[in-house]
Amino acid sequence: MRELSIFYRHGKQYVPDLRKAELTPLFRGRPMISADISQEEAGIAASICPVDAISISPCTIDIGKCVFCNECSFCLPGKIRFTDDYRIASNNREDLLIKQGNDNLLRINPGFIRYEILSFFRHALKLRQVSAGGDNSAEMELNAAGNVNFDMGRYGIEFVASPRHADGIVITGPISQNMSKALQITFDSVPSPKIIILAGTDAISGGIFTGSPALNREFLGKYQIDLYVPGNPPHPLTFINGVLDLIGHK
Amino acid sequence: MKSIETGNNPSSVRLTNIPVLDYEEFFSQVDELMQVESNHCLNYFAVSFDDHYRFICCIGCDEKHTIILFSHEQPKTKEIRLKSITPIHFQFHVFEREIAENFGIVFTGHPWLKPVRYAFDRASTGMVMDNYPFFSIDSEELHEVGVGPVHAGIIEPGHFRFICNGEKVLHLEIQLGYQHRGIERLFVEKPLLIQKAILSESIAGDTAIGHSLCHTGLIEVLGGLDSIDSLSAERIIALEFERIAVHIGDTAALCTDIGYQFGQVVNEALRTIIINTTQLWCGNRFGKGLIRAGGTHYPLTKETLIKMKGNLDEVMERYLQITERIFSMSSVLGRFETIGKVTLKQALRIGAVGMAARSSGLKRDIRWSHPFGMYNKNEFDPVTLQKGDVWSRAMLRKQEVERSVAVIHDLIKLLHGDVTVSPPVNEPKLQPGSFAISLTEGWRGEICHTAITDKEGRIIHYKVKDPSFHNWMALALAVRGQEISDFPLCNKSFNLSYCGNDL
Ligand code: SF4
Repeated sequence: MRELSIFYRHGKQYVPDLRKAELTPLFRGRPMISADISQEEAGIAASICPVDAISISPCTIDIGKCVFCNECSFCLPGKIRFTDDYRIASNNREDLLIKQGNDNLLRINPGFIRYEILSFFRHALKLRQVSAGGDNSAEMELNAAGNVNFDMGRYGIEFVASPRHADGIVITGPISQNMSKALQITFDSVPSPKIIILAGTDAISGGIFTGSPALNREFLGKYQIDLYVPGNPPHPLTFINGVLDLIGHK
Repeated sequence: MKSIETGNNPSSVRLTNIPVLDYEEFFSQVDELMQVESNHCLNYFAVSFDDHYRFICCIGCDEKHTIILFSHEQPKTKEIRLKSITPIHFQFHVFEREIAENFGIVFTGHPWLKPVRYAFDRASTGMVMDNYPFFSIDSEELHEVGVGPVHAGIIEPGHFRFICNGEKVLHLEIQLGYQHRGIERLFVEKPLLIQKAILSESIAGDTAIGHSLCHTGLIEVLGGLDSIDSLSAERIIALEFERIAVHIGDTAALCTDIGYQFGQVVNEALRTIIINTTQLWCGNRFGKGLIRAGGTHYPLTKETLIKMKGNLDEVMERYLQITERIFSMSSVLGRFETIGKVTLKQALRIGAVGMAARSSGLKRDIRWSHPFGMYNKNEFDPVTLQKGDVWSRAMLRKQEVERSVAVIHDLIKLLHGDVTVSPPVNEPKLQPGSFAISLTEGWRGEICHTAITDKEGRIIHYKVKDPSFHNWMALALAVRGQEISDFPLCNKSFNLSYCGNDL
C-alpha cells in the first residue's frame, strides 16, 4: 500500500521526447559568436580562455576543447553567447569549430558515417564505457542517460558490462598513461565491427589536462573516431541525440 | 611543543614561521599529538626545494578547533632513511607511502611501502603498474580473485585483489593510480587563476563544489580577500545541495546493488530534480562554474531561490517516504545490517574521515570541528551512527540529507533576500612566501588543499587531499570476513573517489 502511494507521487518520470526536451536557460550548449566581433575582442577572449579553445581570425571556438566555463562570454557579453542548444555532438572533428557569425545547427555529417554503423547498429547498440582519467562527472552523466528520466534503453542503446557483448566503446577522461593499456585491451576485446565515441571535452582534446605529461593519447591516433560528444561533462541529452543521429534514427 | 597553531580555516602563515624540528623531535611530537583521539593527520607531505626536502605535517585538533603545523627538513643526500611513524600511528601509512613514492625516501619499519598512484614524476620509474607487489599467501586452500581496472558498471577504474577462502574474503588489496592526470603539477604550471579554478572542479567531478570551494578558500586567504556573508551562504547552499544530490543518488545505487528496483528509480528521479536545480542556478548539473574567488557569476536570485525551495520541499517529502519504506523492509535490512563493518577502533586507527568515520561512531566533520564562513553562525551538529555497517552508511546518508536541508533553510532565512552581486576577482595578488591551508567538508568528507607561494606570490607547490585518500583502507577492512559477493554493496556504501586519490 505504501509503495502504491510512493508510486503515485513518482508518476511518469521519463522525458517523452528526447529530441525536443528543453533545458534551463543558463545551460551552456552551442556557442554563438556574433559576426561583428572585432579582431581585438577575439584576441581578448583568446587570452582569457583557460584551454586555448579560441582562435582569432575568424574568431572561432573549438567546442572540442572548450570547458564551457563561460569566461569569454562574461568578458564579451554582446559578442559571445552560449545557447541552451544541447545538440552539439558531431562525427566530424572540424564541425566542432564554431566560427563567428555561424548560427547553424550542429548535425551529424552523413558522409562520415561508416556503412557498418547504419547496417548493424540501427536498432540495437551496446556500448562498453571506459573511464581513462575521467573525473566521474561524465561517467555519472552516461549513467544518467540510461536512468528513469532519460531512458535511452527505449531505443535499444545500452551500456553493457563485458566488452565482448559490446558494439563499441565510449571513452571518458583525457586518457591517462596509467589507463592507456587497459583501454587498448578493452577495445581489442570488442568484436568487430565496432565504434569509438569520445564523451566529454577531456576525452576529445584533453581539456584542462592538455599537455600534462601524465597522459598518453596515442590510442586516438590509431582509429577513426565515430562520434565526438562535447561537454564538461556532456549532458545526457547531448549524448543520446548524438548517438541516435549516428545510428540513423529519425 | 614546537608548532604553530591556528584557529582559522582557511588560514595562511609565513612559511618561515612553521617550526623546523629535527626528525627525532618531529617523531616524538607526532607521537605525543596522536595520543589524543580527537587529533588526526590532515596532511603530511614533502616539498622539494633546491637542496633539501621540507616535510610539512598538518594536524587537525577537533576539540580545540585548530590546525597545528610543524615540519622537518632533510638535505638532498643520496638516500634519505627515516624511522616510519606508521607502526605506532597507522593513519600515517598512506602519507608516508606517498612521500616514498614521490621522492624515493625510505621509511624504515613501514610495513607496506607500496606506490599509491604511480605518479608520472615518481622517484623510481622502475615501479610500474603491471608489477604492483600484491600481498599473497602461499596456500593450497586459498585462491585469489582479481577485479578491474575496468569494472562492470560505468565507474572509474581501480584494481581489487582478493584473497579468499571459498566465498569468504580474507584480505583485499586495492591498487589505484589508473586515473592519475598529474593535477597537482598542473596547479603550479597553469598560470591563470581561472585554469586553477577549473582544475579544482575536475579533481573529482562528483565533488566539483566541494573541491572548488576548498581551492577558492585557499586563494581568498592568500589574496587577502574579505569574505562576504551572502556569498558564503550561497556557497554553503551549493555545497549542501551537492551533498543532497549525491546522497540521494547513492541511496538509489544501494537499492540497485541489492536488487530493489523500486527504491532505485524513485531515488534516481529525486536526484535528477536536485541536480537540475543546480543547473537552473548555474547552468551545470554538477555546479561547475559556480564557485569562483571573491565573487560569483551566478547570483542566487529570488526566482531561483523560490524554485529551489519548492523543489527541495517536494524532494524531501518524497525522499522521506521512500526511505521510510526502504529502511522498514526486512529484505533490505537483511542485506544492509551487519554487512561490511568498520569498528570505531579501526576508524580511529586508519584516520577515517567524513561519512566513513561518522557511520562508525567517530565524530569528525569539518563543518563542526573547523567551521568556515557561515558555518560559524550556528554550531553544526554532525550526524553520527555507531554500527559501522552498510546499514549505518545508508542511514547516515538519509539523516545527513535531512540535516543539509535544515542548513539550507537556515541560510536562506539569514540571507534575507540578499544577493551577491560582486563578480569574481581576477588574478588577486597572493601573499608571498606563505603556506596556506583550507579545509572543507565535501559529501565524502574532509577535503584539504594546501599551497606554498614564492617571494613573488606565485604558487610553487600545491597539494590536494581528497577524503578517499584516508578512506580506501576502510573499504579494505570492511570486506574482511565477508562473502565476496557483498563486495559491490560494500564498495557502493563508501562510494570513494578514484580520481580524487589518483589526482
Ligand atoms: S567558455 Fe569555452 S571558449 Fe569560452 S573561455 Fe571558457 S573554455 Fe574558452
